[in-house]
Amino acid sequence: MASLKELKGRINSVKSTQKITKAKQMVAAAKLRKAQANAEAARLYAARLTEVMGSLASKVTVSDNGPKLLAGTGQDQVHLLVVANSDKGLCGAFNANIVKAARLKAKELEAAGKTVLFYLVGKKGRAVIRREYPKAVLAMFDTSDVRDPGFTEAEKIANELVALFEAGKFDVAHLFYSKFRSALVQEPTEQQIIPVPAPKIAAADTGAVVEYEPEEEAILAELLPRYLRTQLFGALLENAASEQGASMTAMDNATRNAGELINKLTIQYNRSRQAAITTELIEIIAGAEAL
Amino acid sequence: MALHFELVTPARLVRSDDVHMVVVPGTEGEFGVLEGHAPFMSTVRDGALKVYKTEGGQPEEIMVQGGFAEVSATGLTVLAEHVEG
Repeated sequence: MASLKELKGRINSVKSTQKITKAKQMVAAAKLRKAQANAEAARLYAARLTEVMGSLASKVTVSDNGPKLLAGTGQDQVHLLVVANSDKGLCGAFNANIVKAARLKAKELEAAGKTVLFYLVGKKGRAVIRREYPKAVLAMFDTSDVRDPGFTEAEKIANELVALFEAGKFDVAHLFYSKFRSALVQEPTEQQIIPVPAPKIAAADTGAVVEYEPEEEAILAELLPRYLRTQLFGALLENAASEQGASMTAMDNATRNAGELINKLTIQYNRSRQAAITTELIEIIAGAEAL
Repeated sequence: MALHFELVTPARLVRSDDVHMVVVPGTEGEFGVLEGHAPFMSTVRDGALKVYKTEGGQPEEIMVQGGFAEVSATGLTVLAEHVEG
């Protein structure tokens, strides 16, 4: 049985762990509200752009000499998996879930005889993927020096992706991130980003003839990279909200577990203290009787 | 007689106003949008949007980068990646 001193030490260490998890939970709750508001604010732009893309895409016929970002390279051999993770831990299975989804897809693609490459955003998840596919990591994007990944980061990532695409490094790109459903539910999501899938929303036909300047195809070519940036930006925001949500839930659980552990250890501590006193008393009484 | 003007960036809705006229620096030349403009879409080169609050008044300039303008029955919507001022 552990000595009294040892027990006391353990109780104290669990108590300080609980303080940390409690603090992290409250921080996550506050950040979650902000992240959610950000995601909300970004929706308008994305919706408008999707609308415009939808109406344009329906007018332009996809030909081989059309914009490459829309038509693709005509091949389906090299797949790039863009995996967006967070930089910090303490958020439960958040990163593990995204990586798991990416690995499943990688396995599936490899089974079909395709080449799989990775583009990693964020610090977490690097180790796992690098261990499993040491040669397949094409590039990594570091977001650890900014507080909240924002549009500037999305822009940089998109530019790098487009450059890689134009250099012929890959044919198809999939994006993995976590969709924010609620503070309790985050859904690892896969989305094809290159070639850009035509938005499914049919443009509302107003009957009016819309004039374009320059003509449709030129506008479309210009808007495609922009659309990609918006998609990435949306994913980063969803990820940020999901991370805080996951962190809040995980830390809530951890705090509760620590509380239970403290109760258990305290009972054990009191019992052994009483046992020690009883033994001491028995010794004294026995000693006195022997005289 | 007012034109509904919206300026939207990825991060937020910058402006949603009823104004008299907006002059947009389109890639193929500047164009002014008044109320009742025909449906129109254009890319916008990096430059200043001139917002005329009232007829003949002093324009307010908003610098935009990476913009796109859409004129529909509901008004003018400018989507811009970066906005200054």
